[in-house]
Amino acid sequence: MEPTDLTPPPAGSFWNDTGRSGITSWIFSTDHKRIGLLYFYSVFGFFLVGVLLGLLIRIELMAPGRTIMGPQAYNALFTVHGVVMVFLFIIPGFQGSFGNLVMPIQIGARDVAFPRLNLFSWWLYMAGAVIILTSLFTGGGPPDTGWTFYVPFSERTGTNVSLAVFGVFIVGFSSIITGVNFVTTIHRLRAEGMTWGRLPLFVWSLYATAWVQILATPILGITLVLIMAERILGTGLFDPSRGGDPLMYQHLFWIYSHPAVYIMILPAMGVISDIIPVFARKPIFGYRMIVFSSLAIAAAGSLVWGHHMFTSGMSDIAILVFSFLTFIVAIPSAIKVFNWVSTLYRGSISLEAPMLFALSFILLFSIGGLTGLILGAAATDIHVHDTHFVVGHFHYVIFGGSGFAFFGAMHYWLPKFYGRRYAEKPAVIAWALMFVGFNILYFSMMVLGLKGMPRRYYDYLPEFAPLNLTSTIGSWILAAGLVLLLVNLFRGLRHGERVGSNPWGGATLEWSIPTPPPTENFAEEPVVTHGPYDFRGAGIP
Amino acid sequence: MSHTPPKDHAGAKLGMWLFLFTELLLFGGLFLLYGAYFARYPREFAAAGREMHLGFGTVNTIILITSSLMAAMAVTAIQRSGRRLAVYLLGGTVLCGAIFLFNKYLEWSAEFSRGIYPGSPLLATVPPGESVFYSLYYVTVGLHGLHVLIGGALLTVVAVRVGRGTIHVGDFAWLENGALYWHLVDLVWIFIFPLYYLVL
Repeated sequence: MEPTDLTPPPAGSFWNDTGRSGITSWIFSTDHKRIGLLYFYSVFGFFLVGVLLGLLIRIELMAPGRTIMGPQAYNALFTVHGVVMVFLFIIPGFQGSFGNLVMPIQIGARDVAFPRLNLFSWWLYMAGAVIILTSLFTGGGPPDTGWTFYVPFSERTGTNVSLAVFGVFIVGFSSIITGVNFVTTIHRLRAEGMTWGRLPLFVWSLYATAWVQILATPILGITLVLIMAERILGTGLFDPSRGGDPLMYQHLFWIYSHPAVYIMILPAMGVISDIIPVFARKPIFGYRMIVFSSLAIAAAGSLVWGHHMFTSGMSDIAILVFSFLTFIVAIPSAIKVFNWVSTLYRGSISLEAPMLFALSFILLFSIGGLTGLILGAAATDIHVHDTHFVVGHFHYVIFGGSGFAFFGAMHYWLPKFYGRRYAEKPAVIAWALMFVGFNILYFSMMVLGLKGMPRRYYDYLPEFAPLNLTSTIGSWILAAGLVLLLVNLFRGLRHGERVGSNPWGGATLEWSIPTPPPTENFAEEPVVTHGPYDFRGAGIP
Repeated sequence: MSHTPPKDHAGAKLGMWLFLFTELLLFGGLFLLYGAYFARYPREFAAAGREMHLGFGTVNTIILITSSLMAAMAVTAIQRSGRRLAVYLLGGTVLCGAIFLFNKYLEWSAEFSRGIYPGSPLLATVPPGESVFYSLYYVTVGLHGLHVLIGGALLTVVAVRVGRGTIHVGDFAWLENGALYWHLVDLVWIFIFPLYYLVL
C-alpha cells in the first residue's frame, strides 16, 4: 500500500471555512457547494438503492415462473424501483448535485440567488424521500401500481399509494423551488462579461431544464393531489361509473412526466457539451445551435406527451398530431449529436474516463433516441407498446444517456471539489465493464420486446428464457463495473493523487479558481473576457 | 454565513413571479379538467351550476377584491413610511381572508346538509356529469381555500415583521412578495367564481 496522504485541504477552502461544526455545518449550510454535495450523496444513495431493486427484478426474471418472489412482491419491486430512480435520483440528480456544485462558479457568482431556499429544497427533498420510504413499510405495504400511478388501479389497490404519492408531491415541490432558484440565479448573478453567448453549455442546459421544472411540475402536483382526493374523498373524477374519465388522468400525468424526461436528459447533454471540447482540445462546434436545441427540446418536448397514449383509445387525430410533434423533437436532439461529433472531428482526443463516459453517452443516447422514433410512430408503437422494448428504449436514454453522463460528471468535477483524483486505469476498466454489461442487459430487453414479451409481468413464456438469462448476466457485469467505479472514485477522492486548479485544461470559470474552491468561490468578482470553450483566450496550451 | 451579499430586490421579485407561474399552472390542471368535462357534459354542468349559492359567491368575491386592494395599499403605505398604516392594512387583509373562509364554511355546511359532497349517497344517484361538477368544485375551491390559509399566514408574518421594523421603507421585498401572493389567491378566485357560479 502506498502511504496515504490525509493532510486536510488548504485553509480557506469550503471544506473547513465554516462557523458551525460536524454534521450541522452541512445540513444547515447555505453554501451551494456543500448543498451540492448533500444532494450528490443523497441522490447517489437512492441510485444505489434503485440499482439493488433493479438487480432483484433481473434475478426474478432470470428464469420463467417464480424464481425468488411472488407476483405481488414483483409488482411492488418494479414500482419502487421506478419511483426511487425517477423521482429520487434522476429528476433531482443533475440540478441538485452538479447544478449546485458547478453552476454558480461557472457564471462567476458567489452563490445562487436564494441560498436559504436552496437548502430548503434539499430538506424538502429529504422529507419527501422519507415519506416515500415510510410508505413502503406502513399501511397496506409498498405501492404496486408502477411509477405512473395509473387509474383506476391506483384508486382501488389496497397498498399504500396515498402516502407514496404525497411523498412524490413534496419532492416535486423541491424540484420547483430549485427551478425558480436557478432561473433567477442565471438571470441575475452572472459576472461582468458573462454574456448569454458566453454561458457554458452546462449552464444553458440547466436553464432550459429549470424552465421545464417550473412549467411542468405543477401539473404533476395537481395530478397527485387528485389521486389523493380520489382515494381519500372519493371524488370520482377519473371513475367512469361516476362520469369521470381515466384518460384525463393519463393526459395530466404525461403533461408533466414527458417533459420530466427532458429534466432528466437535458442537463446530461449539458455535461457532455462541457466535457467533449475539453478532451478533444477544440472549441465546441455550433455553440449557438446547441443552445437553441436545448431550448427547442424544452419547448417542443412539452407538447408530445400524448405519444405515451397511442393505445389508450385517444382519437386518431390526436395520435397523428402527437406522433408528428414527437418526430419534431428528434431534430434538436440530432443537432446536438451532430455538433458533438463535429467537435471531435480533427480534435486532439484524449481518452480519459470522463471522455469515455461522454463518448458512450453519444452512442447509447443515439440508440435510445432512434428506438424512440419507433415508439413515436403510431403504427410501429402498436406492435411494441408496453413490451420490454419500451423498457430497453427508456433505459438506453435515461441510464445510458443521463446515467453515463452522471458518471462522467463525477469523474470530471468531483476531483475539483475534493482536491484529489481517482486512479485512471481502474476507472477505464470500470467504464468498459459498465458499457459492455449495459448493452447486454438492455439490448436483450429490446429484442425480447420485439418478440412480444410484455413489461411488468413476473412470469413469461419459455421461449423468452435464453434472452432473459442473457439480460440478467448483463446486469451482473454492469453491477461489477459500478462497484469498481465506486471503490476507485471514492478511494481516490480520499487518498488519491492531489490535483491542481485545472487538471483537465478546461476554459470554463470553475477551473480558474483554487482546488478545492474557496467558500466564496472568487476572491473578487471575476470579469469574463473569453468564451467557455476558448482555450487560447483562457491561456491554456 | 461569512458574508451577506447585497440584497437583490429585482431578483427576489423575479423569483416570486416564477413561483406564481407554478401556482397558476397548479390550478391550470383543474381548469383543464373543467374544460374537458364541460365539453362532455354541458347540460349536467348547467343543471348543477344553477344549484350553487350565488349570494355566497358574490359576497366572497367582493371580500377578496377588497382584501387585495388593502394588500396593495399596504405596499404603497410602507413606501411612504406609513408603518402603522401598513400593519393595519395587512391586518384588514388577513381579516378579510378569515371572513372569506368563514363564509365558505357556511356555504359548505349548507351544501353538506343537502347531501352534496364527494362520495355522498345523493351524488351516486344524480347524472354522472353533475357528480363530476360537484367533485371538481370541491377540489378546486378546497385547494383555493388552502391557499387563502397559506396567504393569510404569510401576511400575518409579514405584518408582524413590518410592526417590528424588520420590513421597512428600504427593504420591503417580503411585503411586496406577500402581497403578490395574495393577489394570486384573489386572481384564482376571479376565475373560479364565474366558472362555477355565474356562467352556467
